[in-house]
Amino acid sequence: MGWALVIEILSWLFILSGSAFTLIGAIGTLRFPNFWSRLHAASISESAGMILLISGMCLQGGISLLTVKLLIIGTFIFITGPTSTHAVANAAHTSGARPDSDEDARKKQKGTS
Amino acid sequence: MFLAAAIALFISMALVLVRLYAGPTLYDRVLAVNSFGTLTVLFIAVLGFLNGRPDFLDIALLYALINFVGTIAILKFFRYRALGDVSQMPDNAGRK
Amino acid sequence: MLRTLLTALTLFALWLLMSGIYSPLIIGLGIASSIIAVITMRRMDNAADAQRMQIYLKPIATIRYWAWLMIEIAKSNWMVTKIILSPNMQMNRHLFKVPYTQKTDLGQAVFANSITLTPGTISVEVEDGTFWVHAVSYASDTKDALAEMDAEVSAIESVVA
Repeated sequence: MGWALVIEILSWLFILSGSAFTLIGAIGTLRFPNFWSRLHAASISESAGMILLISGMCLQGGISLLTVKLLIIGTFIFITGPTSTHAVANAAHTSGARPDSDEDARKKQKGTS
Repeated sequence: MFLAAAIALFISMALVLVRLYAGPTLYDRVLAVNSFGTLTVLFIAVLGFLNGRPDFLDIALLYALINFVGTIAILKFFRYRALGDVSQMPDNAGRK
Repeated sequence: MLRTLLTALTLFALWLLMSGIYSPLIIGLGIASSIIAVITMRRMDNAADAQRMQIYLKPIATIRYWAWLMIEIAKSNWMVTKIILSPNMQMNRHLFKVPYTQKTDLGQAVFANSITLTPGTISVEVEDGTFWVHAVSYASDTKDALAEMDAEVSAIESVVA
């Protein structure tokens, strides 16, 4: 009885925090000022949000075929998510878009002042 | 609980759609489409649990497969203006 | 031959796990599709420019690496979350080179994917011996953290040079 309650609470925790992280990622995608920083915001919902939601649903599914399917979906997104993010970044880089570097700007400012 | 997750995912999808509409560059839009696809996969899975219809997971898995291939296909098309074997096309000879 | 047989068995096990319906017709279709898939793979292996997939990874070390990676993902997620939710979004974007020491293509792919998977850093371009990495909040210890990840990935490779 106690064991089932622990799993229930854990899956609640995972699913709720996972939804919070996807929401934060989406807010970041909307708020960040340019493309290169938006890449980072989008990868939040793709890593933390996805992992937490899938593991929360796995705990709900218990030991069954559902969990196996969820794990297959999770592993697939775990591998392809960063690959497609890299593909987008690489395509933008190849097309000639270069990120502006705050670090270089700060160094230059420090050197002149 | 699943209702809360579904609502959060739905709001996230709406926010990403705003970014998809606002752009401004092509790559912003591709990133938004990719992000939207991942959120859709999670949304379908959560919806399956919410309605007590676990068959939805098969649809989610299929959507995850299509989403990845679709993103790569869009990027490849805008880079080479073709989807076939680009190394054998006369314009792109020697390119990988 | 053993390899082919193992592939067919793995594909069939995957079919059984995914379908969940165990009537003779469905199982027969599963056997048929596994055999067709394996025959197609054999044909592709015999083609002129065939590239065989080789996995040079130590299994137990790889699982330990995943656990380590999860902690890294959690840490960097928290960092980027703080930036998104802070009102002025204090960023320090920077594009820099990171050398890699993996010998196999798969090891390099694991390292590049791990860089991208941890929010806050994204691998952008691959050159000989280095990745171009874009970071959203570059600090003096970012390169050290990536060098540590590089060492961890190199440790799970099992290639004999």
